[in-house]
Amino acid sequence: MPAAPMLIEAESVSREYRLGETVIRAVDAVSLSVEKGEFLALLGSSGSGKSTLLSMMAGLDRPTSGAIRVRERNLAELDADELARYRRETVGMVFQSFNLLPRMTLEENVELPLRLAEVDRHDRESRVGEALERVRLGARRRHRPSELSGGEQQRAALARALVNRPAILFADEPTGNLDSVNGEQILLLLREIQDSLGMTIIMVTHERPLAEKFANRIALLSDGRLISDGVLR
Amino acid sequence: MKTRDLSELAVRNLREAVLRNSLTTLGVAVGVASLVAMLSLGVGLQTLASQRLTRSGLFDAVFVTSQRNFRGPGQRGSADSAPKKESRSLDEDARQQLSKLSNVTEVYPQIRFVTDVRYAGKSETTSVLGLPDSSRSSGAFEGMTGAYFSSPTADEAILQIEFAKVLTDQPPSLIGKELTLRYAERAALSKAADDDEAFLDSMIGSGKPGGISIVPREKTLRIVGVIESDPSAGIGGFGGARVYLPLKAAEQLHVAQPDDLQAFLSGNAAKPSYMALTVRVHSPKDVPQVEAAIKQLGFATFSLLDATKSLRLVFTVFDLFLGLFGSLALTVASLGIINTLVMAILERRREIGILKALGATDRDVRSLFFAEAGAMGLFGGLFGVALGWLIGQALTWGTTIYLHRQNLPGVKISYVPWWLALGAIGFAIIVSLVAGLYPAARAARLNPVEALRYE
Repeated sequence: MPAAPMLIEAESVSREYRLGETVIRAVDAVSLSVEKGEFLALLGSSGSGKSTLLSMMAGLDRPTSGAIRVRERNLAELDADELARYRRETVGMVFQSFNLLPRMTLEENVELPLRLAEVDRHDRESRVGEALERVRLGARRRHRPSELSGGEQQRAALARALVNRPAILFADEPTGNLDSVNGEQILLLLREIQDSLGMTIIMVTHERPLAEKFANRIALLSDGRLISDGVLR
Repeated sequence: MKTRDLSELAVRNLREAVLRNSLTTLGVAVGVASLVAMLSLGVGLQTLASQRLTRSGLFDAVFVTSQRNFRGPGQRGSADSAPKKESRSLDEDARQQLSKLSNVTEVYPQIRFVTDVRYAGKSETTSVLGLPDSSRSSGAFEGMTGAYFSSPTADEAILQIEFAKVLTDQPPSLIGKELTLRYAERAALSKAADDDEAFLDSMIGSGKPGGISIVPREKTLRIVGVIESDPSAGIGGFGGARVYLPLKAAEQLHVAQPDDLQAFLSGNAAKPSYMALTVRVHSPKDVPQVEAAIKQLGFATFSLLDATKSLRLVFTVFDLFLGLFGSLALTVASLGIINTLVMAILERRREIGILKALGATDRDVRSLFFAEAGAMGLFGGLFGVALGWLIGQALTWGTTIYLHRQNLPGVKISYVPWWLALGAIGFAIIVSLVAGLYPAARAARLNPVEALRYE
């Protein structure tokens, strides 16, 4: 029986930046495959290239060389509009600094991906409510981000990432701006969502204990290279 | 993104930076207001001039003379250019014939004579002119002291103020008073007199029948108005008359005209002829056709149509310059829009990055900035048109006050037609959209990774 195709396949992916005469190789020939339903932690110190690799897999950036295939489609071959559609329909993103729009209420922030995806107005309300309930912020829907704690803001960002029911959730240092208690709560929530929705999660972190506690696979990067890649459980 | 969502986001963004966006919108509004005010002034003055000139009868009138007795300003002829057609007398038959031509609204003679005017024991010699009833609406009598003639046949007179000053130191006090005209009446000879005439003819050997007698007459008229300007200048006359009376009343006087002698010599004395007839047409554009038809009938004509063409040219150039100055103001305002939107991109870099990370296309981002620029243009345009209209009203108000102080009637010098209002709003939107082109393109080009990194 043939093996099921991988959800994400990175083949010798490199990303270079040019600063005058100097060429900086942020990601250096990384090859990596991610199966559906995995919780992969990209672990590494600052400047190891983990966030750059995540950005390329999330369709925010393009590799200088190599290929990233998601459901067998090479992201490098997609044009700008197709890449935007991939971000809109296939992936959800959570950032270290939450990136909620400060002048919008929580429900407006969570509704934003649905507006971009041109989801019917009638459906939007229920989906926004459902996403906020899932992160236990149903009572705060009319609050602005500035009225919420860091943990609550990250949960709101998680609701926004989930509202389009993406297949893959990318989280870039989701606990980086939170204390340890709130950080653990967020990761617990991520696990809970992964279990209930069967979602694939790829998380960038520099905190090994958290990665070991919540992820089921860790890929270690250093100086842009993949050092190790191992399944924990 | 759907248009409704785009509009909602654009309006929300504009509301969030309300002070900055209001100031930019105000900049557009001031630009549009100056454009509207200047063009409304141009349109208003043009409308005023057209109305005045049309009502004055200068441009919708053809002046008709018999080819044998008069060559108008446009007919400066020499012996070489003598008419080929048989010259016709400008008599009542001719008047009837002219009034039946298509597009002709009115035909009236020019009755002008020099007479003695007696008032309070004084006797002055002056020129009298009959005014057609249509001159009532010519605008020439606006601001006149007193009133226009009560009826087309009333025994009433309007005096030109210079002449009124000759009669009294207080011209307005003349209203309601009476004056007496002494004039020479032309009368056809009675049968008995005709016989005598035939006898005289046989004596001098002309052998031609008919004759006229000149009888001195007096007519008492009530003064109803004193006017500062010369209303006859625009009604087929060439100015210079000091006393005006209704044309029909003047016709009933049968005052001897210079043509009578000519008619007498040509044997048509029984049929009074006119020195000149004024033919009014529906609109100035009918003038060439009517003029040609009258020439076909064998009369000389003169019209001021060419002058209207020059007038239109002058106003077109005038409008062009006013529009250019207004557009300069709008250009400055559009620079304000560009500045605001470019600054907004810098400030909202992170927001653009978030939108892109959530799946916004370049087109979505571009459209959002475009919609914001368009909204500023729309609101600026609406507010600007209102402001421009107010400026125009203020100019009209100020001018009217000034004119009233000069004892002149007020005029509407500013006029905002619907096409100017809609055009100005449309222009403001287009200018704003063009101003938003560069900022919107720049926002759309932002790399989401770099934009998200921006603090």
